Amino acid sequence: MTLQHLIQGNEAAAHGALYAGCTFFAGYPITPSSEIMEILAKEMPLHGGVFLQMEDEIASISSIIGASWGGAKSLTATSGPGFSLMQEGIGYAAITETPCVIINCQRWGPSTGQPTKAAQGDVMQAIWGTHGDHPVIVLTASTVRDTFEMTVRSFNFAERYRTPVILLLDEVLAHMRENIRWPQPGEIEVITRRAPEDVRQFHPFADETFLPFGAGKRFHVTGLAHNADGFAVEGAPAGRELRRIVGRVQDAVKELAVYDTLRLDDAEIAIVSYGITSRAALSTVNELRADGTKVGLLNLKTLWPFPDHLIADIAGRVDLILVPELNLGQLVREVARAARGRCAVRHLGRVDGSLIAPQQISAAILAGSAPETAFEEVEG
Amino acid sequence: MSDTYRKYLRLDRLPHVWCAGCGNGMIVKALIESIASLGLTQDEVVVISGIGCAGRTPFVLDFNTMHTTHGRALAFATGLKLARPDLKIIVVMGDGDAAAIGGNHFIHACRRNLDLTALIFNNGIYGLTGGQLAPTTPYGKRSTTSLDGSIEPAFDLVKLALGAGAAFVARTTSFDHLEMVSFFKRAIQHRGFAVVDVLTSCPTYFGRLNDVSDPYDMVHYLRTITVPLNGTYQADGGIACPGGRCEEQPAVGLMATGVFHDQARPEYGALYAMHSHTIVTKPSGPRS
Repeated sequence: MTLQHLIQGNEAAAHGALYAGCTFFAGYPITPSSEIMEILAKEMPLHGGVFLQMEDEIASISSIIGASWGGAKSLTATSGPGFSLMQEGIGYAAITETPCVIINCQRWGPSTGQPTKAAQGDVMQAIWGTHGDHPVIVLTASTVRDTFEMTVRSFNFAERYRTPVILLLDEVLAHMRENIRWPQPGEIEVITRRAPEDVRQFHPFADETFLPFGAGKRFHVTGLAHNADGFAVEGAPAGRELRRIVGRVQDAVKELAVYDTLRLDDAEIAIVSYGITSRAALSTVNELRADGTKVGLLNLKTLWPFPDHLIADIAGRVDLILVPELNLGQLVREVARAARGRCAVRHLGRVDGSLIAPQQISAAILAGSAPETAFEEVEG
Repeated sequence: MSDTYRKYLRLDRLPHVWCAGCGNGMIVKALIESIASLGLTQDEVVVISGIGCAGRTPFVLDFNTMHTTHGRALAFATGLKLARPDLKIIVVMGDGDAAAIGGNHFIHACRRNLDLTALIFNNGIYGLTGGQLAPTTPYGKRSTTSLDGSIEPAFDLVKLALGAGAAFVARTTSFDHLEMVSFFKRAIQHRGFAVVDVLTSCPTYFGRLNDVSDPYDMVHYLRTITVPLNGTYQADGGIACPGGRCEEQPAVGLMATGVFHDQARPEYGALYAMHSHTIVTKPSGPRS
């Protein structure tokens, strides 16, 4: 089985979900994510799962939360405007510790924006979009093969940590085709939520063990602040509960950090990038290294919880970190915070709907000059 | 309290939050009696609610219970039912919940015809937030956001459900225990999407703002605006009533109570299962 298949990012996401054991998908059509639902509309019944086209994105995320409490690994996929509508449900999933996965194929915004142009403008919305402090895990990918694997990991993290996971793709990755070899069963680890050892002693909101409805223990699920049994509390117990669920994700920051690096060991300049932009950054590193410039790359696949430790390590060793993003400066703020002033941090942003080219990254690196603020903006 | 009710209540969650004179407790009593008499086990029943006074219903019920977001109870229930067809799901909504913020989910649930029971606790006002205008507040009635009387026509939830395609549609009142039990049982047993619009009393807000603040007066008001449906619902929107034919008027209109529609129609879950077994397309991906 070494056959290569030329597939789209959205196809990889859909099949990654099936590989992870997803048995429930609900969604609403929106460019550029629609192929995920079209593929799952066809595949889910063949895999014994449920495909459901809902009346809007609010209903879509609500129904996948309902399905998750029925015991299903559940998924929805959308893009910017739909993702905005899903924030209500993401908050409910967070406070009820519901495992579920939301794929957002980012497009240029705000509002309807440019539906068929790629962007990385939803990073902060993915992290902070719903009201109130809350736990969430935000992942991304930069290749079609990565998209398959990060979709599986999205489910793994959702199941392991009982929390919503947001996978940020973008229009170009969603629609571009690359050769991949289908991963065989067992090749990528698949994690499933852990049932309590003793059903009678189960408290639905005590830890990451999970029991669906109708499994021999009756309990209450609510979006209100609640105790370990799901009943409403106020004041200090509510604060403790919030710290517990946020802490579960934050404390796992190192286990959750998925990334790869290229020639960082002796680098004097580091590019920290993610998603589609990492493809250009990779070319930049290879080109500049050929000219003798000591540049390296940190490609982040986990955007939240933010891996401060990775940035702290790099910041102590390089003179400059450049953060290219298809936005006006989002993840760069986290990078600058984690760098703690130990090196210069510069941002290269592009927001015209086109991708950042390797030459733009090279030019930004070779431009030199110390920043005057926390990070310096270089227009793409 | 008889043992029947005690068995299905989370006694440690009592007292409930509802005001003295609120009709919601009567609806819950009828719901418990319906579930008990149908012989459903507590483990197989799920009660899902949205936000508002009615949304507080699951707190006190000893079933699998879920208190979701405002207006979305039907969407959560849709996902759960399709993932777990073995569970009997009863969705409890307020009128603002079902017809305003959740109006879109409501009409699509009626259209889709998944096997869910939807009970609307219809008090014609937003109670939990302090008495604001609802899409069900009758024309001319006062609320804290329509102090001179509503200038909007109210939704008739029965007509809305019928128009959207619900297979079982009924209306009753919180003062008619026997009728509630009868309709709830039929709704729960109906294989498909079943809606029961339950007119309920809110002496605290609707009543105080509309000169029926005494719980007795509030119940009397409900009696004066309702009329039992005799025979069938008329195609032209009129209703047949015991004294002959009567018409619903926007301002002082009577609301008919009864079962308006009870027809078998292909249920979504069954259709999905059938479709899954007759698929002719070939799978793609790793197995291809």
